[in-house]
This record gives sequence, structure tokens and C-alpha cells, in this order.
Amino acid sequence: MDATFKPRDTRQVEDAVKWAAGEEQPLEIVGHGSKRKLGRPLQAAHVLDLSDLTGIESYEPAELVLTVKAGTPVAEVEKLVSDNGQELSFEPMDYGPLLGEDPGRGTVGGVLAANLSGPRRIKAGAARDHVLGMEAVSGRGEIFNSGGKVVKNVTGYDLPRALCGSFGTLAVATTVTLKVNPKPETSATFLLGGLDEAAAIDALCRAMGSSAEVSGAAHLPGGIDGEAGKTVLRLEGFETSVDYRFKTLEKLLAEFGAPARLAEAESGALWRSIRDVLPFAGSQTPVWRVSVAPASGPRLVELLKAKLDIRAFFDWSGGLVWLSCDDGGIHETEIRAALQEAGGGHATLVRADPSVRSTVPVFQPQPAPLAALSRRLKEQFDPKGILNAGRMVAGV
Amino acid sequence: MTAIAMPAPDRDVLARRREILSALQAIVPGEGVIHDEREMRAYETDALTAYRQLPLIVVLPETVEQVSRVLRYCYDNDVKVVPRGAGTSLSGGALPLEDGVLLSMMKFNRVIDIDYANRAVVVQPGVTNLGITRAVEEEGFYYAPDPSSQIACSIGGNIAENSGGVHCLKYGLTTNNVLGLEMVLITGEVIRLGGKHLDSEGYDFLALMTGSEGLLGVVTEVTVRILQKPETARALLIGFPASEDGGRCVADIIAAGIIPGGMEMMDRLAIHAAEDFVHAGYPLDVEALLIVELDGPEREVDYLIGRVEEIARAHEASHVRISASEEERMTFWAGRKAAFPAVGRISPDYLCMDGTIPRRELPKVLARMRELGEKHGLRVANVFHAGDGNLHPLILYDANKPGELEAAEAFGADILRLCVEVGGVLTGEHGVGIEKRDLMTEMFSEDDLKQQQRVKCAFDEKHLLNPGKVFPLLHRCAELGKMHVHKGQLPFPDIPRF
Repeated sequence: MDATFKPRDTRQVEDAVKWAAGEEQPLEIVGHGSKRKLGRPLQAAHVLDLSDLTGIESYEPAELVLTVKAGTPVAEVEKLVSDNGQELSFEPMDYGPLLGEDPGRGTVGGVLAANLSGPRRIKAGAARDHVLGMEAVSGRGEIFNSGGKVVKNVTGYDLPRALCGSFGTLAVATTVTLKVNPKPETSATFLLGGLDEAAAIDALCRAMGSSAEVSGAAHLPGGIDGEAGKTVLRLEGFETSVDYRFKTLEKLLAEFGAPARLAEAESGALWRSIRDVLPFAGSQTPVWRVSVAPASGPRLVELLKAKLDIRAFFDWSGGLVWLSCDDGGIHETEIRAALQEAGGGHATLVRADPSVRSTVPVFQPQPAPLAALSRRLKEQFDPKGILNAGRMVAGV
Repeated sequence: MTAIAMPAPDRDVLARRREILSALQAIVPGEGVIHDEREMRAYETDALTAYRQLPLIVVLPETVEQVSRVLRYCYDNDVKVVPRGAGTSLSGGALPLEDGVLLSMMKFNRVIDIDYANRAVVVQPGVTNLGITRAVEEEGFYYAPDPSSQIACSIGGNIAENSGGVHCLKYGLTTNNVLGLEMVLITGEVIRLGGKHLDSEGYDFLALMTGSEGLLGVVTEVTVRILQKPETARALLIGFPASEDGGRCVADIIAAGIIPGGMEMMDRLAIHAAEDFVHAGYPLDVEALLIVELDGPEREVDYLIGRVEEIARAHEASHVRISASEEERMTFWAGRKAAFPAVGRISPDYLCMDGTIPRRELPKVLARMRELGEKHGLRVANVFHAGDGNLHPLILYDANKPGELEAAEAFGADILRLCVEVGGVLTGEHGVGIEKRDLMTEMFSEDDLKQQQRVKCAFDEKHLLNPGKVFPLLHRCAELGKMHVHKGQLPFPDIPRF
């Protein structure tokens, strides 16, 4: 008996999970299903579909706090806050284009489950940094609340933050409270051309270490997005401040050449393209997402280019490297070895066939004591292994 | 003595003290183990000084290996451990246990790596919060979270408490500024989380550790993000004849899209106490005083000072002063920064509370707090982080008057219940510790607390790390682990199915 449960409220989620726990029937937890191709493929008999668990519970712009049902579309939330002069400042990326799905889909719960952040992550923090509270149902079928609905709170363990990035393997989020921020009055991009990777990342790191309050720092080598390479820095805020900081950067980075300035519209399109990895969209090549110390990004790519036919570009000041394996190979061993040599970090296989994702470790393998701690946490929250079991690691 | 009870000590452990001592001396040589009663006195309390307890033994390890071996020994022999940094906790987080080893991390005091290109600093946990800034300020950098004890408090303690400070509305709490940790589990296993890269995948143990109040593990190394200092900072000092107007002014500043570097409010009693103490030039004929600090690029700060001034004038502010020099800005802050000792001058003792409320509830909460003060026969002075709604009511009492400490504690508990009732929380930045432990059930249901304790069970199933703190009732992990499920109750008629 394969079933799809489509609960409309938290009680119904609780009922479905309690049943699944009692019968030891695994569930796949989905919102819009827009990120089903991320992580290891699941073989759950039943689906718990949260796309009807929608609605804004409360929104108080002056308190900077928003509470929504987990199945609420991200697009709806972004429109609501934008209409009130605010934004989700972690700038959630949209995996749709890269994974061959429609753009603009995805729920708030899905964004948090995968801890999706965009270019502004380096200034504003990740999705998890904006989570204040959560109501969820554990794998035991217990409804629980954690965190709060105010912007400053240290009462008890920080479970709402810790559940971010757990890919639905510990609990099913039903309601989440987020911190929102004012939307900047305007934005502009400071663009340098003709830099090699080492020089580009040097320029980005220097800008990040300045008082220019950069909110995006990326390098697109030639051939990634047009013929010429682009080294770009985003400035956001009050117009007078953006103009002033543009000049600050001009002075600071004078040795790297004269910059061009992209105005708001063009700048917006460029950063959306970087956020959603559009340079690698529309093809089938395996894609890796690598998080590394920013200054080590070029070294990693240099090591790999010596051995493999890859294309790469950099976000997060060099600390987020998107790699496309253009020969169609996965090259897990080479990529993780090069990462180790470049100082360590995390390499995640984000685009590959399901058969590959079920055999190659999609997420960075953990040392034994950490892996054991992860299993113990899973065992505590989901002892029957019914919630998205195996989505991140076999057995978790 | 006071109202909060600690778990009864384990007689068996007390009887084995000598054996435990020699085992620990074999791991940490020389003066790293303290067992003389007089020397142990230095560790009997933290900044919640109403509570005192001598520990079983004090250990000051110097290496990760020693920490690991001490914890492993305690795990194998069922000995409790209370980790301690600088001992500045306001909630009793580092209060020793009679049957527990006090593990001081203050010999871990080195800065290990300063990496400007990656804007990261790696330090040992005993380095002070301000020590990190001192290490990088030559190059114009600083570490943003700035709890008021920053000159003394350790970064390891900041991790345990998820410390904030006056700048956290704009720059975040500790949890938003930590990149990585090395920690030791109670079993002695050493684990590394994060590093100089961002957002490690897998479960976010960094989030769980930050604010875990020493219940999950012992931190042995910390990697934090540093920032370039803002180009400039200027402040406004704004007085309001009515506190409601002050509250509305704060809301309108944020509604205008302005997130100030700091935004602090004081009430009449706090203003008068501070002015009498440091003569900062505060107006005395106001009900609320607001300090708004704008920091960032010069041009932006100048622009925003003008915007905030307009908003203040629109809200019937009776006094508006704008700092024209760095010296004047510091004078504005002098009174606020001295508010606690200033209150200490007008009362023999005070209790510092720490709830957070939705800001819109401020007028109601202030009015109710006055009523509660009358009920308990005590005065309260209020300073608060106005931007994020974090209140610090200071309850004035005299410990030498019989019953006053108990009355002050009861008043404090009523204030925190009020915070929860209006949609807020028990603690914004000081932690639960022992102080708010018994109030946890005001904010969380039994199921809520069970999930939190299951986190504890994943890390420390024997409940050996800092027991008696944070949770009012300790459930055994075996009991928590049982599943109560009923088979075969499907179909649920009301869940839409396909």
C-alpha cells in the first residue's frame, strides 16, 4: 500500500508520522519536490507531502519577525516581505534551473531543510542564521516547539537552527519563524575584467576585509558567462552610501584595473545567475559544490585543472566553488583529495544520475566519532528511521 | 538560602574523592589539580554570586589530550564535570557541584592563527572576548559580539552561552560569528566542526554547541569570523517625556530600513542612577532615554543621523543631541555602560534579569512591571537593548534584610513569566543556568523539553556534563528513548490521501 499523505495542519502531520512509526513504514518528506534530485535517492514507500500546509501565521515588519507554515512557497514569502520593504537576506538559491526543474518553486521548509543561501551569505549569514523558532514533529510523532518568536533568544538548545540542513531526517518542520531584514534602497556591482583566478580572489578577499560592506563577491573566469572573465563585488544600501563605497573600492583595488559599474537592474540579473548557478544550467554534466576557505579556492581549482577537464567559478569570495565535470565523469576521489590538499572543507555532489548518487557519497564523509554522533542524534529523534532515511548518509 | 535546589550529591563519589584526586593528578601534573579548600574558594561561584558551592576537585588542563583523558576518566568512573571559562556567567552556568570535578579551561589562552585573507581567527577557548579584538586591531579588524563582560569573559564561555552584546541586532550573536570548533565529548573523543570554510553539511552541531551551557561537550579550540572596523560611528542621545513615544520611535527607525549598530533604552530610575554616578549629561526630566548609534561608512552615517533625528522629532522627543566628536559619543555611552554599577550605588544588592519581548509590548510590560514591583515591595530599574526587545530589569534589594533576596527572586520570576506571556522568552543572552531552570516549563511543554533532552542523550547519555543546569527535571535517557506507539491506527479519516 503506497500512500501520499497531504496534511493540512500539524495534527494531521502528527497522525501520519505516528502511523508510520507504529508500522515502521518509511516516509519521504516533500514540499514542492523541487529538490528531490539533491542528496541520495530515497526508496520510501510513502510520501508526506507538505504543500498544503501553507499560510502566513503572523508577520510584523517592525519586529523583523515572520512566522509561516512550512509548506508556504518561498516565492510567496519573498513577495510578501518585498511588498513591505523587507527581504530574506540570506537570499535563498533556487536549484530548479541547475537540476533541470522549473524555476521559482520550493517551500520555506525545503529551503531550511537544505540550508540554502545565496551570494549574500558572506555578509548576512546562511538560512540557518535567520531561523528563530520552529514547530516540528519528530520521528516519534511528537509535536514540539523550539526557539521563539523574537530576534534574540538563548533559552534552551538551539534546535531550530540545528534542524536546518538536516534534510528532513530528524523531524518534519510544520511552522517556522524567520528573522527578516530591511531591503536595501539600491544596489550596484563593481566589475573588474581580465584577472586570473589568483588575482581575482586576492581582490575579492581584500574587498571583504575592507569597510566597504560588500554583500556579494564572485569570480566568473572567461568562458563561464561570456568571453571575458568577470570579477564582481556587490554593494547594497542607501544610494549615497553605495556611491561612496564604490569609490572606496576603486581606491582599494586600483592596482587591479579600472572598474565598470553595473546599475541595479543589470546587477540584479548577474547575481541571480550566480546564485542559481545558471552558467551550468541546461546541461547534464556532473556538478560539485565545494565549500573551502576563501583564499584556498584558486588552489583547489588549479590542482583539479592539472588532472581533469573541469570548468569552475567562485562565489563567497572564493569560498564557494561550483565545479562542472565536462568529461561526464564524477571524479569523487580526485576532487576530495584536492580539497584535502587545499586545506579541507566540504565537497557535495549536487548534480548526477540517481544511480551515481546512491553509490558515491554525496556529502563529505565524516570522521568516525562525528559520524557516530550523527547516528546517535538520528536515533534520538527518529528511532525507527522513517523520516527521509538515507537521504544524507546510508543509515541516517 | 535561596530557592533553587541542586541535585543531591552522590555519596559514593564523595567517598571516592581521594582515589579520584590521585587519578586526576596522574593525568594533569603539578599545580593543574587543586584540592585545597582555600584555593578552591576562587571557583565556588560565578557572577550569580547568591549561589556558592565548593567543587569536589578543580582541574586546569593544558592540552587537548589532558582534557580528553580527564573526561574519559570521569565517564568511566561516573564522576560529574562542570566546565568553566572565566566564570562571568550571570545565570549560574559555572556553579560547581559538591560531587563534581570543576574543569577550568583558562590555561587554554593562546591565539593560534590570525588569517586576514580569510577573515578568520583561531584561538583557544580561554582567550578573552576582547583578547581576540586586541589581537587583530592593528590591522583594523575586530570580533563583533561584545557582551558587557568582554574584558574578562572567555570565548569558550561565549560559545557556551551564545553571548550577545549591544551590537548584535546588526552583527548577530556568537552563533552567527563562529566558523568552527574543536571539542571533546564526555567519552574523551575529539571532534572538529566547521573551520575556515562556511556551512559544513551534515547535522549542524555547531548550532547545538553554541548556547548549550556546558552540557554537551568541552570546547578546546574556536574559529571565529572577524570584521573590518566600521569607518566611523556617531550616536544620538534622545529623551522622551513618555516611554511609549520612545518605543514607537524605535519601531519607526527600523521601519525606515535602518538597523543601527546599537540602540539602547533606559528608564527614569536607571537614567537618574547613571547620571548621579558618571555625569554623562543625561536629561533628568524624561521617562525614557534612547541612545542610537549608527556605524559604517562616513557618508552613510551622516545621512542616517539626519534620518533618525527627523524620526525622533516626529515622536515628541524633548531632547536630541548628536555626538560631534568621538569623545562626546563615548560620554553618551558612559552612563549606559555604567548602569549596573550605578544601580549598585543606590541599592546594596540587585538582581539582573534578561528576558526578551516583542517590542510592541514594551509599554504594557513596563506598566505591569511597576505593578509587580508594588506587589513585591521592591524597585526596578530598566535598561534594555531596544532594537531587539531584550530587557535587563535590575531588581533592587538588600540581602541583609530577611526575605528580600527571596522576594527579589520571586519578582524576577514574575517578570520572566510576563515576558513569556506577551510572546517573548526567558533569556535573550544570559542563559538559563540554574537561575531560570525552574521556569523552563513556563515557556516549553513537556514534549518540547523532551526533545531538548534527547539532544543531551546523543552527546552525554550518563548526564555527567553540568547536570542540574538548564533542565528542571532530568529524565534518564533510557526512559526518554522508549517509544510509545500504537500499531494499526490508520486510516486517519481526516488526512487527505492519494
